[in-house]
Amino acid sequence: MAKNNLLSIEDLCVSYGGIKAVKGISLVVSEGDIVTLIGANGAGKSTILRTISGLVKPERGKITYNGEDITGAQTTTLVEKGITLVPEGRRVFPNLTVLENLKIGAYLRKDNLEEDIQRIYKLFPRLEERSWQLAGTLSGGEQQMLAVGRALMSRPKLIMMDEPSLGLAPIIVNEIMNIIKTINKEGVTILLVEQNANLALRIAHGGYVCETGNITMEGTGMELLNDETVKAAYLGKAKKK
Amino acid sequence: MKNSKKITYSIILAVIILAFLFFLETNKANYGMAYTVLMKGAILAVVAVSMNLVTGFTGLFSLGQAGFMAIGAYITAIFLIPTDTIQDVYYISGVSPAIMNFKNLLDSTPGWLQVINPYIALMTGGLAAALFAALIGIPVLRLKSDYLAIATLGFSEIMRAIISSPQLDTITNGSYGLKKIHGFSSIIQTFTIAAVCITFMVLLIRSTYGRAFKAIREDDTAAEAMGINLFKHKQLSFVVGSFFSGVSGGMLAMFMRSIDSKTFSVSLTYDILLIVVIGGIGSVTGSVISALLVTVSKEWWLRFFDNPLYIGSFQVPFFRTGFRMVVFSIILLAVVLFYQRGLMGKSEFSWEKIGKSVSGLKGFILKKTSKGGSNHVK
Repeated sequence: MAKNNLLSIEDLCVSYGGIKAVKGISLVVSEGDIVTLIGANGAGKSTILRTISGLVKPERGKITYNGEDITGAQTTTLVEKGITLVPEGRRVFPNLTVLENLKIGAYLRKDNLEEDIQRIYKLFPRLEERSWQLAGTLSGGEQQMLAVGRALMSRPKLIMMDEPSLGLAPIIVNEIMNIIKTINKEGVTILLVEQNANLALRIAHGGYVCETGNITMEGTGMELLNDETVKAAYLGKAKKK
Repeated sequence: MKNSKKITYSIILAVIILAFLFFLETNKANYGMAYTVLMKGAILAVVAVSMNLVTGFTGLFSLGQAGFMAIGAYITAIFLIPTDTIQDVYYISGVSPAIMNFKNLLDSTPGWLQVINPYIALMTGGLAAALFAALIGIPVLRLKSDYLAIATLGFSEIMRAIISSPQLDTITNGSYGLKKIHGFSSIIQTFTIAAVCITFMVLLIRSTYGRAFKAIREDDTAAEAMGINLFKHKQLSFVVGSFFSGVSGGMLAMFMRSIDSKTFSVSLTYDILLIVVIGGIGSVTGSVISALLVTVSKEWWLRFFDNPLYIGSFQVPFFRTGFRMVVFSIILLAVVLFYQRGLMGKSEFSWEKIGKSVSGLKGFILKKTSKGGSNHVK
């Protein structure tokens, strides 16, 4: 069964000042998939996400979403179209309550939010317990859950997560990964940027390996997981032979 | 606490305030100091809340208040100087024919329009300030934190220089200023206008726009990622804030009856900033309480320090004219050093909190009184 391409990127180049962060990458995200982008620090993974969501303007290249050219579009229109970013380092609004944080996630929607808030609470029961607490007082894992919940409030078709496991204890990371799978089963396509390659590849349908602004390898999650070079470089296992 | 109870309490509070103001109004002669000081406090409360909207809720550190107040004040003043005395006001350079035509036009309007003339004047002043804010907002709101503060401060000084420039002698009366401005009819009028302005800003802060403002204050990148258009919301907050700064500038003109460009120097902005900081950055009720408190203590309660004080035949040193400002500065220093969140922090006045502290007090007293008797175990 051929899946519909939800997002495709062709020959994307992004520079910060004179420094080239992304040097002509192409990738495809099929509808309903979890696609992961792995790589070391400074490989340009976050830049790719920021460019897709319109926070950074690309120098060259084309981004297509649902058959529509969205290169250089404003973040506001992209969120309206259903692309939402969970930014790196969680970035919840610390002096607002959990509930207010969730409501801001649905800022562009004019309809009733109650149903969605209940849905998020079902997904993250802990957020319901803490709905009146200031987001800054939550633990790291709870903040990450809030960041994901907040992004879900805009009812995205494509949710992009930038290092959701950053700075979290392994047990919490597993919990987050399970939630990502659940969200995906509910029909949301996910583009996941991770340094924790092992976990990310395990849950992903497809993956790309990013190195200094280029894509050096692609394949299904399992293919990459079993690849010797990936193992050596990102999974911390020595090459045997 | 039930909503109906809260509403009852609020109505009772409003009635008490109104009764107090009526009392002041009828006994103006005996309570002159309280009358003027409270009036000024109410005016400063409007501009303090408007600054809080921009700085405390949207996180834009803007120091242009004095400039926007000047725009509002001069426009209100021109509206409200009676036509028959206008020649005396502009006695040095003469009055511009444009203003003369405008005044004649105003005088030829029907009677009911003349009655609401002060309100139209304040609105026009506010709108002009908002227009200026919209124009300078386009380049200036791209800047962040200190840079924005410097740019808006610059704007405020430029406005003052323009107003006092000799080229505008026939309109603003240059450095001589405008006088004989028609004042407020009563203290109740001042408080009503202030209350309407502040209520409007509170409604804005409580709306979804207000939530977006707070999100921008907390983390602008994350706010942008949520689809909030940064520039549009910053601009909205800045323009609305400037509108009310303009209105309060007009009110200040009506209060002082005479204004000149020096009234709107940078130190006015600092006075307002001070009120906002003491009240709590991000609290409307804090700003209102602090505006009244700061004005009252600065202009009235601390006057005590300005008069020589004798204990028996011993004259206490330092008690002389100007000493109150020293005391005031020390209080400020103490607030900034030990009480950084201000009176209210980011929280607002609510009947729940009052109720809680009252019941807490009750429980405390009951415990004390029952200590003598047998210990009750629940």
